[in-house]
Amino acid sequence: MTMTLQAFMAQLTIGLIGGCFYAMLSMGLAIIFGLLNIINFTHGAQFMMAAFLAWIGLTQLGPWLGFPSFAINFWVALVIVPLVVAAVGMVIERALLRRLYQLDHLYGLLLTFGVALVMEGGFRYAFGVSGQGYEPPELLQGPFDVGFMLLPKYRIFVVVASLLICFGTWYLFERTKLGAYLRAGTENPKLLQAFGINVPVMITLTYGFGVALAGIAGVLAAPIMQITPLMGGNLLNIVFAVVVIGGLGSILGSMITGLSLGLIEGLTKVFYPEASTVVVFVIMALVLLVRPAGLFGREV
Amino acid sequence: MQKHLLAGAFGVSLAALMASPSLAADKISDNVVKIGILNDLSGIYSDFTGKGSAVAAQIAIDEIGGKVLGAPIELIAADHQNKPDIAANLAREWFDQGKVDMIADFPTSSTALAVMEIAKQKNRITMLSAGVAMAAITDKCSPLNAQWMVNTYALAAGTAKALLKEGKKSWYFVTADYTFGHSLEKDAAAVVEADGGKVLGTSRHPFPGGDFSSFMLKAQSSGAQVIALANAGSDTINSIKQAAEYGIGRNDKQVIAPLLAYITDVKSLGLAKAQDMYLTEAFYWDFDDRSRAFAEKYFAKMNRMPSASQAAVYSATLSYLKAIDGAGTDEAGAVMAKLRTMTIDDAVIRNGKLRADGALVHDMLLLQVKKPAESKRDWDFYNVKAVLKGDDVFPKPSDACPLNKAG
Repeated sequence: MTMTLQAFMAQLTIGLIGGCFYAMLSMGLAIIFGLLNIINFTHGAQFMMAAFLAWIGLTQLGPWLGFPSFAINFWVALVIVPLVVAAVGMVIERALLRRLYQLDHLYGLLLTFGVALVMEGGFRYAFGVSGQGYEPPELLQGPFDVGFMLLPKYRIFVVVASLLICFGTWYLFERTKLGAYLRAGTENPKLLQAFGINVPVMITLTYGFGVALAGIAGVLAAPIMQITPLMGGNLLNIVFAVVVIGGLGSILGSMITGLSLGLIEGLTKVFYPEASTVVVFVIMALVLLVRPAGLFGREV
Repeated sequence: MQKHLLAGAFGVSLAALMASPSLAADKISDNVVKIGILNDLSGIYSDFTGKGSAVAAQIAIDEIGGKVLGAPIELIAADHQNKPDIAANLAREWFDQGKVDMIADFPTSSTALAVMEIAKQKNRITMLSAGVAMAAITDKCSPLNAQWMVNTYALAAGTAKALLKEGKKSWYFVTADYTFGHSLEKDAAAVVEADGGKVLGTSRHPFPGGDFSSFMLKAQSSGAQVIALANAGSDTINSIKQAAEYGIGRNDKQVIAPLLAYITDVKSLGLAKAQDMYLTEAFYWDFDDRSRAFAEKYFAKMNRMPSASQAAVYSATLSYLKAIDGAGTDEAGAVMAKLRTMTIDDAVIRNGKLRADGALVHDMLLLQVKKPAESKRDWDFYNVKAVLKGDDVFPKPSDACPLNKAG
């Protein structure tokens, strides 16, 4: 199989874009698991919900309210939608998840899985399964010549935005005082509470933050993927593999793993496309054999 | 359900009152003609089959007058969840206890093949208005089955022949990596090579896929004139959508051709992204006055236009009931024999002839998606480029089907 350097660079770039989504989604999962010990299976549904809310805001909300010209554009949605999704997530945390913290991980997994099914079912009932389209904002429409390929401006934006968000999140959790409190809260909540910090509120906000990351990823994905109730569930399998490879709970690990698995997957698509989904799981199996805690995880 | 039972009971008692002993009772088993619609009511195929299929069947029943040979006609529908075991269990129950005489739809081919086998054992009829697998008319063919819309070969052949005629000879396939995708690719590639075209390469993507940009980019750099999509549903939609992002397939040198796309897919892509694409369908609601008349009836109930599969359920139900009337009985073998003698000509199917192997050979439509400016209303999506004669696009009878040898 012959391939020019140009085509090779183009494929690497596409892999990187995929990796950005994996990184953002797996980071949210890693935060929620690392700090709350919850395996959040609703993550995919929350991602899907964000994409749907962006679409609803742009095309449906105006007519529903009786002002057909009213629409929430992409930029506003990028701010509001993650907040709404996070708020819904925090309600779920307060009302349901909170009751399970004392129990085995498995209960949280089952609960969040059930909630995800309900959310997917609801959207499917309301909007059908064929899916909806969402146009990128006007500013980012059309391709940009990067030398070796025509790259859609919107995809460049996605890469930049998600790298910024990932780095910012890592900085917040690993390098600031707030991050130190959060990590302390999982190690020894009673002690931290004794210092006058409201740990339950902090946990709720942390869950909200992780979910908001899924929300941002969902809005960013809306112009790229067909918006369907199943879009998150399909992606979540791979994202979980990413988290396992990176090490459950490691923020930096999930970011680096997400990006590099995107690249690996991208290259597999070129040289042996049939294996492009499987390759992630093969790597996961190998990592589990050699380093069960994941590449960046700490052995417990 | 209760309503159906009541209607049935009422019908039976009415028939008993009016009938001389020789009427309905002898000719119609259980004194009722019961039609089952088995499809996907909640999953990925529910938009082009789903509830709309049952609505289409009801329209046909109403047109016939709700009775055939003096016996009432009933309709029942269920969700097979695209799983062959669930479909098989439902079908068994319907045949054994539910008095069902014919089951139609089956958007997943594996469910169709499972139920065809059971129907053959129980001497009942299946009509695949949505099942498109070639197996149903080749090695798994059944004398009591009719593939009442189309198969993968006819869909692929229609589009491929039209593009080849325009001089587009070099092809690249982006194929879903499972049986369906492979067979669609194989059928289309055979047509391409038979007409002097050339296949430059293939990318097989996992099913279901998420990001198709690398496959589409690879297809683009192959330099092929046609990028043919041998996939379906959201895979097809995402392929086209992401190709548009990269400006692939937007000029005269290279076009994208989905080998299996339905009007629901075009609806969800939007005309801006789907415009100019060629595709083949068995039915388009805006074809002529007859198709429009049916479509408007459907629209009044569903608030959307019928897909080809939903329209095919209407045609299958109507033809089945007419065949019972013509045969004077609802015995499966006699009804199928009658169907094979009829020329099917209704709002949906034109110049239709049912073959021994169960293939319904009929006119197909070569369609091109309109530009947004050309579309006058919602669902006004296609220009009809050509009516393809059934003999030109449907596959020749296969030796793999024993029924073809008999005749």
